[in-house]
Amino acid sequence: MTALTLGRALNAGLRQAMENDPKVLIMGEDVGKLGGVFRVTDGLQKDFGEERVIDTPLAESGIVGTAIGLALRGYRPVCEIQFDGFVFPAVDQIITQLAKMRLRSLGALQLPVVIRIPCGGGIGAVEHHSESPEAYFTHTAGLRVVSCSNPVDAFTMIQQSVASPDPVIFFEPKRRYWDKADVETDSTDWTPLHRAKVVRPGDDVTLLAYGPMVKTCLEAAVADEDHSIEVIDLRSLNPLDIETVTESVQRTGRCVVAHEAPVFSGYGAELAARITERCFYHLSAPVLRVGGFSTPYPPSRIEEHYLPDLDRILDAVDRVFGW
Amino acid sequence: MTVGAPETTDLIQLLTPEGELVERPDYPLDLSGAEIRSLYRDLVITRRFDLEAVALTRQGELGLWPSLLGQEAAQVGSARALNATDMVFPTYREHGVAWCRGLDPLHLLGMFRGVANAGWDPAAHNFHLYTIVIGSQTLHATGYAMGIQRDGVLGTPSAAAAVAYFGDGATSQGDVNEAFVWASVFNAPVVFFCQNNQWAISEPLEKQSRIPLYRRAQGFGFPGLRVDGNDVFACLAVTRKAMEAARTGQGPTLVEAYTYRMGAHTTTDDPTRYRLAAELESWKLKDPIERVKAYLVKSEQADAAFFEEVDAEAKQYAADLRRRCLALPDPQPLDIFQNVYAEPHPLLAEEQQQFAAYLASFEDAS
Ligand SMILES: Cc1ncc(C[n+]2csc(CCOP(=O)(O)OP(=O)(O)O)c2C)c(N)n1
Ligand SMILES: [Mg+2]
Repeated sequence: MTALTLGRALNAGLRQAMENDPKVLIMGEDVGKLGGVFRVTDGLQKDFGEERVIDTPLAESGIVGTAIGLALRGYRPVCEIQFDGFVFPAVDQIITQLAKMRLRSLGALQLPVVIRIPCGGGIGAVEHHSESPEAYFTHTAGLRVVSCSNPVDAFTMIQQSVASPDPVIFFEPKRRYWDKADVETDSTDWTPLHRAKVVRPGDDVTLLAYGPMVKTCLEAAVADEDHSIEVIDLRSLNPLDIETVTESVQRTGRCVVAHEAPVFSGYGAELAARITERCFYHLSAPVLRVGGFSTPYPPSRIEEHYLPDLDRILDAVDRVFGW
Repeated sequence: MTVGAPETTDLIQLLTPEGELVERPDYPLDLSGAEIRSLYRDLVITRRFDLEAVALTRQGELGLWPSLLGQEAAQVGSARALNATDMVFPTYREHGVAWCRGLDPLHLLGMFRGVANAGWDPAAHNFHLYTIVIGSQTLHATGYAMGIQRDGVLGTPSAAAAVAYFGDGATSQGDVNEAFVWASVFNAPVVFFCQNNQWAISEPLEKQSRIPLYRRAQGFGFPGLRVDGNDVFACLAVTRKAMEAARTGQGPTLVEAYTYRMGAHTTTDDPTRYRLAAELESWKLKDPIERVKAYLVKSEQADAAFFEEVDAEAKQYAADLRRRCLALPDPQPLDIFQNVYAEPHPLLAEEQQQFAAYLASFEDAS
């Protein structure tokens, strides 16, 4: 057992992955000497060398495009995108190339590329540093999309993602990088990558979240003295562990989804639709969504109003009871 | 330009670090004493308010600040070469350019304080919005220049040109390279002003290029020049010539201003993790402000009273800016919904109305 922050847990997970497999590479802007702007790759270049921990030129399309080439040559690149808002120059390589190459080769090719993206708001940052672009990627067939919420999952999920033969978009909740927890670094008894976790059992309503919102939902569940709230950390967005979700919602009969991304056409829309299909006769109220507005991420002095907080989540919880 | 020639011979310099003039008939610059003193004043005020912004960040009043320390001459020199009708496309570090264009630096502080995502009207001073996503603005500048070209004003008294600012790191981006291609193919009236401050956060120039950046232009089909970015005279003269070439229909120029980022990348950065203090010390000897001061003194175009006056003005300006920054009103929660679209949008209107009702429910409760 070691007490690790989420950032250090990712670091430990990456280190483990690099020790286990000499083909694992790390590439990105400032990942070498600096250890990344969030220090997730701190010390890795020192220990594994510049051949394996690569400070790339400043070009995201180049990072992902060359990662694809390295993967074709048998390597397992882990790309760091410095901030959520800077993944877009790489989107053509991700959506048009990375996601489709296996299929186009009739399964002959494997593309074990991981793309790490610090995501979400709440850190008082300037524009393009607080976005939640997950839905663009969950909408793209051929990509696996996961989002860790805590140090324990960060440590295991990053290793599982590196081991995946498919491309993985790996979201890291940047405002939780400094959250600490005990991590069992020696155990290999891990929850499968694409399995959701019930992180707080409850009877009256199911609260679904992933990434940065899991903690907020747990706090909301504790704060609500009137209802017994079950909180599920989805962990994997594509594929979605619909079984765990269905089991819970059929039991509670009510469901609220929370994410930071805009509600309209957001990941919650998929959840609401799918839950409705699976649990229609068990539902006492429609699935409600809490999230960002249909606007660009606002300047930081008012971001607290944009980000779903405890009050907005509990407001939705109240509404599924008052329906 | 000879490939393989020592880099220093390619460096255009009009004023040495010691404050001595250099003969460059190809870059004539006939400045009056008043003009030089005014350049000096811009340099000093820019450095001073930038320093104030750093201090405000340390005190928690700004979320972050990218300091221009060391790059004052590159910015003031190039910006003072522009006409009011020229259009500037900056990155996020062009505080000195903003100042010379007449944009109130309060806007810049407001952006990093988090009261607006940029938040000024680019047309007011022909100074476009700060662009944080590396390199994007070089394409905007090129397209804007293509517009000027289509207006048919090149070579006439109402001619104008665009200038795109960007860093050494940015030269690796696809967008920047595409901007070079476009500008070249269309012979667009745009100047690419690259401030090579030697670092892209923690990555030294070698991580971006194996050849001096200005030489890249040759491959794209237009001239590239390297200017001493800490020499305000040279930056002014070189940019003037390049802008005039653009305005008269001779197409784009790449100007590499060879300079140094004397501070951290931003206030959250820790340069001790990746560069040696000795490097900074050597660049301090090439300080962009000291050499102008030395020249003014040597040539007896300014006396001690002048320097004191400028210092006092800069100090006063910074204090005033601090006061105005702290007085900036925070945006209101419902401002989130403003200016997303030009015309009404039903979903947005509904969300705004629901959120207003939600906020009001707290007021009722209290
Ligand atoms: C597309 C994109 N990728 C990454 C970043 C993060 N980032 C901000 S500044 C910077 C370095 C820029 O270096 P350079 O172009 O030399 O400009 P300088 O900061 O030195 O002025 C990076 C990587 C960004 N803003 N945009
Ligand atoms: Mg730079």
